[in-house]
Amino acid sequence: MTGPAAPAAPAEGAPRRRSLVERVRAVALLPAIAIGLALVIGGIVIILSSPLIRGFDLALPLVAYRALAEGAFGSVNAVVNTLVNATPLVLAGLAVGIGFKAGLFNIGAQGQFLLGALSATVAAIALNDASPWVAIPLSLLAGMAGGLAWGFIPGFLKAFTGAHEVVTTIMLNFVAIHLVAGVISGPLRGAEVTFARTDDFAAAGLPLLIGRNGHLGLLFALVAVPLAWWIIYRSTVGFEIRTVGANPDAARYAGMHPRWITILTMSACGLLAGLAGAGEILGEVGYMPASYGTTVGFDAIAVALLGRAHPIGILFAGLLFGAMQAGAGLMQVQAGVPAQMVGLLQAIILFFLAAELIVRQVLRVRTGDGELVPELQTVSQSYGDQASR
Amino acid sequence: MDAIYGIPILGLVIQFVVYLVEAFPVLAPTIVAAATPIALGALCGFMNERSGVVNIGIEGMMLTAAFVAWWTASVAAQLVPDLRLAVFGITLPLLIGLTAAIVAAMLVSAVHAWLSISVRADQIISGTIINIFAVAITGYLNLLISQQSPPSAGSFQALRLPSAIEDIPVVGWLVDAFITVGPIGLSMLISVIVLQVLLFRSRWGLRTRAVGEHPKAAETVGIDVIRLRYRNVILGGAFAGLAGAYLTIEFGSAFQGEMTAGRGFIALAALIFGRWTPIGALGAALLFTTSIGLERSIRFAPPEGQLGELLTAVPLQFYSALPYLITIIVLAGVVGRSLAPAAVGKPYERESKAA
Repeated sequence: MTGPAAPAAPAEGAPRRRSLVERVRAVALLPAIAIGLALVIGGIVIILSSPLIRGFDLALPLVAYRALAEGAFGSVNAVVNTLVNATPLVLAGLAVGIGFKAGLFNIGAQGQFLLGALSATVAAIALNDASPWVAIPLSLLAGMAGGLAWGFIPGFLKAFTGAHEVVTTIMLNFVAIHLVAGVISGPLRGAEVTFARTDDFAAAGLPLLIGRNGHLGLLFALVAVPLAWWIIYRSTVGFEIRTVGANPDAARYAGMHPRWITILTMSACGLLAGLAGAGEILGEVGYMPASYGTTVGFDAIAVALLGRAHPIGILFAGLLFGAMQAGAGLMQVQAGVPAQMVGLLQAIILFFLAAELIVRQVLRVRTGDGELVPELQTVSQSYGDQASR
Repeated sequence: MDAIYGIPILGLVIQFVVYLVEAFPVLAPTIVAAATPIALGALCGFMNERSGVVNIGIEGMMLTAAFVAWWTASVAAQLVPDLRLAVFGITLPLLIGLTAAIVAAMLVSAVHAWLSISVRADQIISGTIINIFAVAITGYLNLLISQQSPPSAGSFQALRLPSAIEDIPVVGWLVDAFITVGPIGLSMLISVIVLQVLLFRSRWGLRTRAVGEHPKAAETVGIDVIRLRYRNVILGGAFAGLAGAYLTIEFGSAFQGEMTAGRGFIALAALIFGRWTPIGALGAALLFTTSIGLERSIRFAPPEGQLGELLTAVPLQFYSALPYLITIIVLAGVVGRSLAPAAVGKPYERESKAA
């Protein structure tokens, strides 16, 4: 990113370079409108359902949103909790967003997340007696490798058989669920536990850095975002990824290899989601359950879309959803509004982003930028093209 | 050497087939019951994808319908008289719940149709929105409503036939599994057969296939692509509605958060495995639920001897993962090939507009 633009008047005739404020406005205006509209509609839902909570109350949305904000930012622990919730969302959001850049719809972040968690668990259990200096890096590497493998499969199938990644990744999500259940309730089941889970990790647990639960994993997201940005926008591979995403045929004529880019991108996506899973299981949970109820992989789709598939955007979107998840508990306790309101807000935000054309027309918004994520055109339109490969 | 090793393997295979044949009549009603919501969900996907619209939101549509069926039936049970019909244990509240579920799923489908066809938004995102929305709204309302512990409206009952029919070999257990079921179960079987015939034998079927494969060509012979897609997508919602209602007012009589548990996605798999035909989808759904039924059968009553040891040595979760694995294999074209309708996922723009 360049620094803030110089205030000097542009030279006559030269194309005027847009200032940072203008550029941020162009990129962030529609997502901001979507978030605002979602809060309004969420408020209406809260008012309509208030008779079921504590009698009809027009002010209940304000009480609820205030509790939500307090739970997310009200104290040091709350802020740390927001960051802890945001970390897997940002990493898995990158796993979906980078896929978008290559014209791939990775619905499999959920499965890659689980495989990352499972592989990290296997390593962590095997290295229980080792030094943390050995156990932590090796377990994280194992997690990344597991996620990578789960991303490689759909990438390979897409490249060489034409099987669409949307379907194969959905199927692999379910295979992952059963694989985790089979391994954890079978060979890895702990000796001193009452339900199907592993024993607590000894050496491979991530150390706490800040607050009540701010573990080492927070740093992964901070490193991954600029790294992903550099790879996508400044490296040769990134250029090829974006070219394949924009137009695979043009990329092929330019001498690039869309097949290998597809495999490489899906593997990288899997690696990121796997790291998210490994960080979550080693840092936040501390053991691996046989049925790991998480929706990170699906929330990641919302994060990637809200962040317009741009690493910086994904960082902010992940922080927003992380904050909402962190505050949801306090909202339920203080205002009696069920925590599921957060999922509802997510869905409504996505709805307005998907219907952006209508939103633009109705609100007469004019921004310089075109579609939300232009590469998405390549994605679902290729759904029926399996025969042509 | 092969022959010597071959004989025990052959013996095991024969043992396995005998085990299946013995277990099947016992398992059949559970297998068909488990396949019913999956086949209905697949019919929803069928109506969408055959006319050129991707639908990965079947799961969300089913979940919404399951909640609405249970809730409206429960509310109706407190308000309207409990009129009872002689067949299927039909009551007025249950009928109201069923109707509401179908209407709700069709409304959700209408949103999907609007986003996919008119707004020309990404169809996979539209499905994702529906799934996230359904989990959130049903979880939200269920938490608030269940605090007041509403009464259950009960559930539809299975059809009763004279026991003489059930005593006939083979036909007996087929009837037992497919015919002596509740009204939604029966509607599944009828819908599958009717849609299969309509797809290949009616004007609607020909037009739908044309719109799903080559909308431009369809438009040039005077078919209104946009209208047919709208109609099929919204009608498809009715099947997701039946699938959801099946879970809460026929198979069971209560709602739980996220109770569809991936059935909508297995339905998608069944549709693909069944090569986008109703009969194929039903067959795939039955195959998938047989695999899951087998897990239970092996867990509780494994066959004796060597075969039993072999089958229980495989982690039982493998049988649950099998449907997804074979779908991937079929999609990749390793064994046979399953091809989607060519225009699936592509929003349609009229020539005049594009020019």
